[in-house]
Amino acid sequence: MVPLWWSILLGVALFVIGAGGVLLRRNILIVLMSLELLLNSVNINFIAFGQYYDDFRGQIFAIFVIAITAAEVAVALGILVALVRNKSTLKVDDVTIMKG
Amino acid sequence: MHQGFFLLFATVSVVTALTLVLARNPVHSALALMACFLQISAIFVMLGAPLLAVIQIFVYVGAIMVLFLFVIMMVDVREAVLQRFMPGGNLPALALLLLLGTEMVVLVLWSDRFIESPPVAERGGDAIRDLSKTLFSDYLLPFEIASVILLAALVGAIVLARKEPG
Repeated sequence: MVPLWWSILLGVALFVIGAGGVLLRRNILIVLMSLELLLNSVNINFIAFGQYYDDFRGQIFAIFVIAITAAEVAVALGILVALVRNKSTLKVDDVTIMKG
Repeated sequence: MHQGFFLLFATVSVVTALTLVLARNPVHSALALMACFLQISAIFVMLGAPLLAVIQIFVYVGAIMVLFLFVIMMVDVREAVLQRFMPGGNLPALALLLLLGTEMVVLVLWSDRFIESPPVAERGGDAIRDLSKTLFSDYLLPFEIASVILLAALVGAIVLARKEPG
């Protein structure tokens, strides 16, 4: 059996890498992909703890996280297409029109 | 054997995640993310959740990555390829990340709760049946709400990406 802390350390590593992608990259597409990575690292933790405590709720929460992620990606990519059509940029720093 | 496979999958997933963040071309990032999701679904199998592994492959590798690649195909990424990876002024964010990561690792390794290996769960072959019974009885309302959220996101994505009339 795999010890629980291995899974947690894998989750931590993927979370830190994904957060680095969100904070350090300026390309909107890569920021969105890093968000996917963050949600997946959370899923690893859910499933590892669900197995550890022999409980279904970890897997059920992971299913809901996957469903909400699909919705989020669809809306985010719709916003991205509308943004590129109007402003023709992919950099996060160029999209500051809502800043007062 | 089990642990060796886990280490292999974990290493490959971390390497592909680093490739995702460090690659300059968004297409390379998308392919690295796809490889990373495959490794994570293998890890789900090892953690005793084969249904989640299948869902992971269907939803992430099958649907979300195709969506990403379609959008990459629609927008012009040539300008994005040319930009530098790390513009200046991000040192506070990097320091914060390193601090956060070390804190999480230290807290996990500090407590002896997680060190002992898990109790061997002897469950019959009907784990998926039990899972779906729990999902559709105790968690029916969140399930329906999730389906409504998906429908709303579908309509919202169509409305957002549509050309403005006139």
